[in-house]
Amino acid sequence: MHIRDKAASKRRRPVFFNLMQLQMPVGAMTSITHRVTGVLLALGVPFSIYLLDLSLQGPQSYVQVTGLFDKLAFRGAAIVFVWALAHHLLAGIRHLLSDVDIGSQLPAARRSAWIVNVGGIAVALLTAGALL
Amino acid sequence: MRKAVTGLRAWLVQRVSAVYMLLVIVFFLLHFVIDPPHSYPAWHAWMMNPSVSVISGVFFAALLAHAWVGLRDVIMDYIHPVAVRVCAFALLGVGLAATGIWIMQILWMEHGSVI
Repeated sequence: MHIRDKAASKRRRPVFFNLMQLQMPVGAMTSITHRVTGVLLALGVPFSIYLLDLSLQGPQSYVQVTGLFDKLAFRGAAIVFVWALAHHLLAGIRHLLSDVDIGSQLPAARRSAWIVNVGGIAVALLTAGALL
Repeated sequence: MRKAVTGLRAWLVQRVSAVYMLLVIVFFLLHFVIDPPHSYPAWHAWMMNPSVSVISGVFFAALLAHAWVGLRDVIMDYIHPVAVRVCAFALLGVGLAATGIWIMQILWMEHGSVI
């Protein structure tokens, strides 16, 4: 009986999933970006290992790897990768802190979410300044 | 009960691997700031230092475990048909296992070429 009520109300419930129109709180942005950067970093793993392999094989292939930084497209990709890593690390540290109950109150959580979002971009900009 | 325990283990794996990787990343960053290897021999010698090789090997093991838990969660959230989900898990598992073998090859083979 109870389950049937639940199922019926589920059918009638309106669904609104237009993410462009939903106003996401800052913590939601931190959270979804944590996930997106995680997937991005995972996709970058095989490529990074390939470069590590190449850099260790010999002097010529080592120069090949360092020479990649002469290409603008590679530097751009490196900056995106650094942003993803910085955001993912900062958001992860925020997660660990809230595990031990630091900053789980809403005002503090909002503040730390801003710090993570802005901090990730700041690290990316510093990297861009160093590379470009 | 069993499910709750697996959930706890995944939670723990995610955190232990995260903290370890964070420490290693700080260590690598510090090394690259203080004493960046400017040539192939310097870079190769540093990476082939036994302690650096072990730290890197454990780093990649932590990375693969972390990626497994994280991507498993993403798959479970977005892929609902059981058959497709199982295929995605299998694909992910094979991919990560292959990556692990690749890393062992790099770290081991390089050591072999030195000796």
